Amino acid sequence: MDEQALRELGETLQAIFAEHVLAAAVDRGELTVTVAPESLVRVLSFLRDDVNFHFRQLMDVCGVDHPEREKRFDVVYNLLSLTHNRRIRVKVMTDEHEPVPSVTGVFNSANWWERETWDMFGIMFADHPDLRRMLCDYGFEGHPLRKDFPLTGYVEVRYDNERKRVVYEPVKLEQEFRNFDFLSPWEGIQASLPGDEKAGS
Amino acid sequence: MGIAPTQPEMASGEAALEARDVDALWRGVTNAIEDRGFVLTQVDKLVNWARTGSLWPMTFGLACCAIEMMHCYVSRYDLDRFGVVPRPSPRQSDVIIVAGTLTNKMAPAFRRVYDQMAEPRYVISMGSCANGGGYYHYSYSVVRGCDRVVPVDIYVPGCPPTAEALLYGILQLQRKIKRTGTLWR
Repeated sequence: MDEQALRELGETLQAIFAEHVLAAAVDRGELTVTVAPESLVRVLSFLRDDVNFHFRQLMDVCGVDHPEREKRFDVVYNLLSLTHNRRIRVKVMTDEHEPVPSVTGVFNSANWWERETWDMFGIMFADHPDLRRMLCDYGFEGHPLRKDFPLTGYVEVRYDNERKRVVYEPVKLEQEFRNFDFLSPWEGIQASLPGDEKAGS
Repeated sequence: MGIAPTQPEMASGEAALEARDVDALWRGVTNAIEDRGFVLTQVDKLVNWARTGSLWPMTFGLACCAIEMMHCYVSRYDLDRFGVVPRPSPRQSDVIIVAGTLTNKMAPAFRRVYDQMAEPRYVISMGSCANGGGYYHYSYSVVRGCDRVVPVDIYVPGCPPTAEALLYGILQLQRKIKRTGTLWR
């Protein structure tokens, strides 16, 4: 996609919605628009219905966790316009307590994605018809894709022969999790490896 | 013409003779084999032969291992040759092949399916995830080995195991049934 066209698209959107569109940026050929939560439904409805935009399909709704930020969560909506062969990404910032308006009224498909986002991040969606957990176990506690959720979680299951049912118990690991990432370019290559001191002698 | 009236008489005499002989014969045979346990072992072998020849597995594909399990069922390896026919109901199955990642959410359902199977029942744990959690050992949502939930007879290693490996596992289970075979487990 032509970057210039995308930039113009973002500017048009900013011109129409003024202060409701907080930012519009093109990065690596992809247009990302940040929107204030209260005008999310308006913006998405406009993007869907306006002939110049015509983003009729919602491809995905997901969350991003930035624990260092005041408003730690992003909710990301990826839209596709088959008419214009274009994609746009709409972002909304929120925190644990502030609900984001549900867009199930605009895109029906958002229903389960919002449930999934609630399940994984604990982001609330106001006016959602059925905001239940989607993927995690019944009675699961916590939201596993949050950065502060421990990898191994809090409970594990086992069959109890006395009680004749599967029981939940606190996690007890035989061996702690170890991360062997020697080849990662981010970890960096060690200046000397064990045994290197023998090479000179 | 004169034969007809005598026939029943002769027949009843023969029958009495036979019954006495048969009684004596059975006593003789019973005395001869009583302390050898001959009959019992043969029934065992017959039953075990029947069991190994018709291991009906419960279809329990949970993840990618199920693909290899399907390969094992269909024409190339053709488990039908061994009398292994996948069943959709636990009531009809003798063995359950746990093919894939057993999650916490699935564990109670899996145990229920296992409980519904009739004795004697066997469990084949297929692949790393079912054996010990595998790649997901440290995950918050995965059971660290399906032997935490049910007793396992055969572990098939691999990620996923090849169809041959599963076939080998099934043959090992047949060997195990023949070796440890008793009427009641």
